Amino acid sequence: MAPAAPRSGEAIFASVEHVNSELFTLTYGAIVRQLLTDLEEVEDVNKQLDQMGYNIGIRLVDEFLAKSNVSKCVDFKETAEVIAKVGFKMFLGITASVTNWDAEGTTCSLILEDNPLVDFVELPDTCQDLYYCNIFSGIIRGALEMVSMKTEVTWVRDMLRGDDAFELKVKLLKQVSEEYPYKDDE
Amino acid sequence: MQFFGGSEISPSPPVPTASGNNAYVLYIFNRNGVCLLYREWNRPLKTLNSQQDHKLMFGLLFSLKSLTAKMDPTCVDKGNLGVPQLPGQGCSFHSFRTNTYKLSFMESPSGIKIILVTHPRTGDLRESLKYIYNLYVEYVVKNPLYSPGAPIRCDLFDTTVDQYVRGLG
Repeated sequence: MAPAAPRSGEAIFASVEHVNSELFTLTYGAIVRQLLTDLEEVEDVNKQLDQMGYNIGIRLVDEFLAKSNVSKCVDFKETAEVIAKVGFKMFLGITASVTNWDAEGTTCSLILEDNPLVDFVELPDTCQDLYYCNIFSGIIRGALEMVSMKTEVTWVRDMLRGDDAFELKVKLLKQVSEEYPYKDDE
Repeated sequence: MQFFGGSEISPSPPVPTASGNNAYVLYIFNRNGVCLLYREWNRPLKTLNSQQDHKLMFGLLFSLKSLTAKMDPTCVDKGNLGVPQLPGQGCSFHSFRTNTYKLSFMESPSGIKIILVTHPRTGDLRESLKYIYNLYVEYVVKNPLYSPGAPIRCDLFDTTVDQYVRGLG
């Protein structure tokens, strides 16, 4: 019996249970608000959001792989396309696009046209350095690490700071190959 | 342990064909060789203690994967045997059969390996292993009390897997 074909992001998005999007947006907003109160320093909040995203990403990747049936990506270009078209679609219902490939094919930009996390959000003057959606960079970094890719994810453009779109720069640092994990004592 | 949400686990499970338990043993490993789950239904002969048994099983599969990928006649790149592979390269093996058992194997790109040892006349279990992977996602990955990388201690997962495997032909 041949293995099933990969499912499209739309199909999976339609088949999973949905949560109310406003509830999701407001809950995320409450989390960020609470972090700002607890940690006070905007840099610390950025780091904490990234760490939370990382913890989500390492679990999210298994759900993604199980539901979407994609086979192992041959190179980083394919990986980025899959994240943008299937990943974001499946979990958030939005489609991202991939642009700005560099010469070696190790860095690209993911552009999100609309972003459910930032509905109703405005950054006050005291928090202009806050990367409100930093949880995304952690999620992508965590998920890719579980498939043996060490990456660095940073924000290039942020609509809350006045730019026209959300742009994430994803840079592949290295591909970690599988190592035999046990140290041979015997 | 409460399980929230009733989302359908997809793909839907293959229809069980025979009654009775045809599976002998199930292992689930993660990418670091930690045995996350070991279930045993029918294993009369035990020669090694469980630590050694897990290491042996993991090592066997690690080497088999490497060997099968290197021996692939359709593959262009001929690396040396023993060189660690980049994930995504090479073909993947999915089962082997002896006169007393059949071992079916599935590895996800995230390194989760599911091994099911059944009686030798079992058919292709790839869809079933995928279903077990889906169960893993629903009951373990989404469980906030589970820490990634640790052995699974979830009764609900154990019973669901038992029930499912019992129904496999």
